[in-house]
Amino acid sequence: MAGTIAIKNGYVYDPLNEVNGEKMDIFIRNGKVVTELTASELKDAKEIDASGKTVMPGGVDSHSHVAGAKVNGGRMMRPEDHYKFYQKKTPIAHSGCGYSVPSVYLGGYEYSKMGYTTVFEAAVPPMEARHTHEEMRSTPMLDMGGYLVLGNNWFLMRYLKEGDIEKAAAYIAWMMKTHKTYGIKCVNPAGVENWGWGENVGALDQANIHFEVTPEEIIKGLTELNEMLGFPMPVHLHANNLGHPGCWEITRDSLKIPKPVKARPNTNVEWAETKMKPQRHESVYLTHCQFNAFGGTSWRDFESGVKGITDYVNSHDHVVMDSGCVPFGDATVMTGDGPAIHDLYVLTGHKWSNTDVECECGSGVLPFTYLKSNPVHSVQWAMGLETLLYVKDAWKSIMTTDSPNGGPFIKYPQVIAWLMSNKARQDTFAECHKWAQDRSGLAAETREMDLNEIAIVTRANAARTIGLAHSKGTLAVGADGDVAIYDLDPKALEVSDYESIIRAFENAAYTVKGGEVVSQKGEIVAIPEKKTYYSDIAISAEDEKNMLNDVKDWFKYYTIGFNNYPTPDKYLANPTPIKIDAEV
Amino acid sequence: MAEVTLKPTGNFDLTVEAETITPDNFAGKTAEEIGKILVWQGPEEYPLANYFDVKGDGGSSAEDTTIVVDGDVPRIKRIGEGMTAGKILIKGSTGMHVGAEMAGGEIVVEGDAGSWAGMEMKGGLLHIKGNTHDHLGSAYRGSWNGMTGGRIVVGGDAINQVGGGMSGGEIIIEGNVKHFCGIRINGGLIVVKGNAHRTVGAEMTGGTIVIGGNIERFTPGFELEDVEADIKFEDIACTGEYKKFTGDYAIPQKGKGTLYVSCANNECL
Repeated sequence: MAGTIAIKNGYVYDPLNEVNGEKMDIFIRNGKVVTELTASELKDAKEIDASGKTVMPGGVDSHSHVAGAKVNGGRMMRPEDHYKFYQKKTPIAHSGCGYSVPSVYLGGYEYSKMGYTTVFEAAVPPMEARHTHEEMRSTPMLDMGGYLVLGNNWFLMRYLKEGDIEKAAAYIAWMMKTHKTYGIKCVNPAGVENWGWGENVGALDQANIHFEVTPEEIIKGLTELNEMLGFPMPVHLHANNLGHPGCWEITRDSLKIPKPVKARPNTNVEWAETKMKPQRHESVYLTHCQFNAFGGTSWRDFESGVKGITDYVNSHDHVVMDSGCVPFGDATVMTGDGPAIHDLYVLTGHKWSNTDVECECGSGVLPFTYLKSNPVHSVQWAMGLETLLYVKDAWKSIMTTDSPNGGPFIKYPQVIAWLMSNKARQDTFAECHKWAQDRSGLAAETREMDLNEIAIVTRANAARTIGLAHSKGTLAVGADGDVAIYDLDPKALEVSDYESIIRAFENAAYTVKGGEVVSQKGEIVAIPEKKTYYSDIAISAEDEKNMLNDVKDWFKYYTIGFNNYPTPDKYLANPTPIKIDAEV
Repeated sequence: MAEVTLKPTGNFDLTVEAETITPDNFAGKTAEEIGKILVWQGPEEYPLANYFDVKGDGGSSAEDTTIVVDGDVPRIKRIGEGMTAGKILIKGSTGMHVGAEMAGGEIVVEGDAGSWAGMEMKGGLLHIKGNTHDHLGSAYRGSWNGMTGGRIVVGGDAINQVGGGMSGGEIIIEGNVKHFCGIRINGGLIVVKGNAHRTVGAEMTGGTIVIGGNIERFTPGFELEDVEADIKFEDIACTGEYKKFTGDYAIPQKGKGTLYVSCANNECL
């Protein structure tokens, strides 16, 4: 029977189901987790002996840059990233190359080897949605979806300025369906628009040019609209002033704005039977906290400002965030934040590229190398780990490297080792610039995450936060049969031997997707079917018509025709709409 | 010192990728074993013996091994790539990428060399007695750092992009260069005894360039600091008077590079 498997005697970590390292069996029938298999089903099923191994739900990355125009831009401007990191084809797998910006095939394989089964593209510019979907369709092994960049969209800024909430809601709902995207991404609100005139915004109450809306109005408006429409995930916020010393304050103040907004996810899906409440209660999801948490006033007195943010997160329940860790080495910085990339170019003199996505957003790409010897980079490394270790409740944080901004996702095992082992951190301190110790609090932090917490920050919370816990991030009955089995015996684990942690998480003993073994000890053994999620919101026909009149009228300023704007279904692998019952 | 002689015999109508010709790889092998080493020609791999008469065995270590390529091999690429020790003598001209990424040892080319000679070189000595083409000692496509150490000496001319992205080591050219000599250099030394055409030191953020001849079109973005006579960089002496410029001020990392230009040959500067 396809997609039927029995995983026996593993130590299971399923935080959404409050299973913490218990020895148990996992059964999957036809791609879904079930309580048991009948004797005859067992006879036909594949059986895996997971004794002495760690069993977790398949990994979920809720923020990664893996498909679309800026990723492709990174590939084009970085031949050097490709000829030194490549993989030959096998009878079932494509060849591929690229270290920090791998080709689509290699990206899928590398994620799968680490036990990941679900990855969300963190920024889809509306006009590039087709391209993004084409690349996601060609990325094997992974269920995917993308967040639509709306923070500097001309229509939204105009509707928010005019206070026309009906049209704004209609516009967002129509855009999600049109571009087959999943949630709202907001990058440097009001600032990216100003970048069209070589400017940025420096404060939350600073109105931008022409539209005269402030970052505060955009964050408030988008978070309210997000809950009004009932999106599965909170607004995904990349705060203002990112990458500048002292930016932690504006980040904390940005997080205060959606405090009064009550989370009302309203997805019409079948939920797996988890013990914990699988719906989110946050109204804002701060992304790559580390880049938003710079302290000091200049590069001379630069220091970690993480504590200012994590203190706020620890004392408020409407915020969840991902870390944006810096594991050192080669990276490619790519973001919708055009002005931030320009500042990095001025700082480094490295090759860079910027794009203005017409009336919608912008972006920039720049190759970067994080060095242990560099004072600022070494503090950034410490800050990335602080963002996870200072947050007391692991259900408020998610582990990412903002791949490939802080470092490529293939470094996740290294980050996990630092989180689990104080010795790993101390050993790195000894190798890197002393600023890391002097200007962050990490050296004094002795917390060591256990495997349960690792399962929360790498899968359970990522899935719950983006509203996918109905099928991902858990091994509850009814969930997708996505399982990662790691060669790590929790009973014999010595965290001081962190190399063994890195080895285990680099190549999962088995990655199971939909009840089928797809990769085994670093080797791709099957190419599974994949899904593309998007949000499908029904809104009143009247509102949609009024809004579309505006959109069609303005389309004369676009360089593409209105009929070429939407992404047709055929661009998606297995389009999977998440039905949302909007309240408008 | 063991000597391996490679006498070219074979058909070279498609270029041969011979990164396997290094003392590191030949050490400890007999002539017969060396003949069996595979090289790519187009889409196929063939043994070295298809292209060369191999005489002599490799030494016990790379330091102990000398390779003599006894003839012209302009259709062979990547000789000595990544070598760490020992010596290669090419009694003729060779193709592209000779001594690319070499970390130690010595390569002498008696004739000319193709483009990318000494690309991203880390150490050792590459001596080309004839001319060479573009990208001498520079970074490879897309890469940001060129040569980081070692020395390249060219008896004749080099063409474009000498030392592109260079961050260490020395390049000494007896003849002339064309465009973009020392583009994006951030360390190390380039000495050109002859003329340069234009864009010398464009986007340089460090390092030193000396042009002994005439620069036909001087790069904007440089500022005159001083005039110095008979400058010397350890064993490399440049006689005569030189105008000392700093630059490139056209980019954000302003003016940390040094460009010396011969006074006698550049009166209008």
